Amino acid sequence: MEKELRKDIMTMFVYADNAATTSVSNTALEAMLPFLTENYGNPSSLYSFAQKSTEALAEARAVVAKCINAEPKEIYFTSGGSEADNQAIISAAKLGARRGKKHLISTKFEHHAVLHTLKALEKDGYEVTLLDVHEDGVVRLEDVKAAVREDTCLVSVMFANNEIGTVQPIKEIGAFCREKGIPFHTDAVQAGGHMPIDVVDMNIDMLALSGHKFHAPKGVGILYAKKTMPLFTLIEGGAQERGKRAGTENVAGIVAFAAALKESCDNMEANNAKIIPMRDKLIAELSKIPHSRVNGSLEHHVPGTVNMCFEGIEGESLLLWLDAKGICASSGSACTSGSLDPSHVLLSLGLPHEVAHGSLRLSIGEYNTMEEIDHIIATVPEVVAYLRNMSPVWDALEKGERPHLI
Amino acid sequence: MALYSDKVMDHFQNPRNVGKIDDADGVGEVGNAKCGDIMRMYIKVEDGIIADCKFNTFGCGSAIATSSMATELIKGKSVEEALQLSNKAVVEALDGLPPAKIHCSVLAEQAVRAAVKDYYDKNGIEYNAEEFVICDCDHCH
Repeated sequence: MEKELRKDIMTMFVYADNAATTSVSNTALEAMLPFLTENYGNPSSLYSFAQKSTEALAEARAVVAKCINAEPKEIYFTSGGSEADNQAIISAAKLGARRGKKHLISTKFEHHAVLHTLKALEKDGYEVTLLDVHEDGVVRLEDVKAAVREDTCLVSVMFANNEIGTVQPIKEIGAFCREKGIPFHTDAVQAGGHMPIDVVDMNIDMLALSGHKFHAPKGVGILYAKKTMPLFTLIEGGAQERGKRAGTENVAGIVAFAAALKESCDNMEANNAKIIPMRDKLIAELSKIPHSRVNGSLEHHVPGTVNMCFEGIEGESLLLWLDAKGICASSGSACTSGSLDPSHVLLSLGLPHEVAHGSLRLSIGEYNTMEEIDHIIATVPEVVAYLRNMSPVWDALEKGERPHLI
Repeated sequence: MALYSDKVMDHFQNPRNVGKIDDADGVGEVGNAKCGDIMRMYIKVEDGIIADCKFNTFGCGSAIATSSMATELIKGKSVEEALQLSNKAVVEALDGLPPAKIHCSVLAEQAVRAAVKDYYDKNGIEYNAEEFVICDCDHCH
């Protein structure tokens, strides 16, 4: 078995971590290049040379707005999803405090950009309620309703979860918040460019996107804020972004962001028609591994993300072996992040620690091929079997000294 | 820089002494599946020398590598020498570990001690119990 595992190392390179980041598309690259070379003017400068940058910025804003059915002046370019989430939450919190409202509602499995911002607010005297996400990784509207108080100043629920890919009832939660007059924010970083987003129809007041999740470069994102939603400034300085975000604009990045988002939205159906059969095959084949489970509801799901647990093994060992076999994947496993606790997302589903340690996230995109999926399908069971073979936990499970949990 | 040294990766990908010893003279198991690492160490003792040693580990790359290295370091040594194995020696032999992974080397040291303790217990050999306090850190509970 050992020998078998070591042969054919690096026979193929498969990038299956598109939820972490993606490559820059040709469209985005071509769109941005002129703004790194000939059109390098500062959009705030007066002369006509710089107007090319100013115009590109305005055009990018309009393109992005159209993709999510917003107005251009409701789009604020940021350094990425984390900054946008921070600004949205802090804005709602400060606005709330002015009205004597210091209670915020979110969920247990948000990205840390949200959770850590909320934690910081708690230290400043705010109260935070984190909603349960149930075994299927889907927030219930009834839970939101039950958690709302007189002094609630924000509801923040992610559009799609980054680790397990479950999609939340955004439109319903948005409608409820709208009716109650409570600002509603969604971290849509995993959904942007992969699922239709309509901020009007979905009753969204604030929304964060990150470009590098849909083939724009890293370091550029947006905060959408409905025009009636007052924003507070996190970065003080110049009057860029309507005074809400200082700093000379990342023109090339912004242009690429708009080009990539438009391309992803225009081709969404075709891309998903390619991605979903690959995802389904992965799930069908890897589920054949005994004592494995798929995490999160598949009924409400982003197209490309698969999260599974394999009992009796630990995620980092699995990832290191997959890496040796040319497969880039990730895990909610603790060890990769330097903390010893398993993923807060998997724990929020109610998974026991020992099961949550053995997780694998594969996230595929339209650039993947069925051949690559076959390589993953051939490799994962082999590595899982090898690691189980040397695992005392698996040994105990097999001997019946320890009950199988999945 | 890669997360792990070449030595760690070598012991992870080509672990030495993986397996079980059915008629082991001592077996020690440390760690906790909840915190993500369990090591089980088997020793075969002949004339006070560790004639054979094998391990089974559930854990991350460094947990497997430290187990493997620990078996290498004690094989052929006397039981008393094996007891002197420190986690630091395991870390050094692996050309270092990331700070968050040092606890894996502590587990490897303790797996050896647990196996020796089991050998002492089975053979009625007296020892100072204080020397065999098994990890009580937060990670293991």
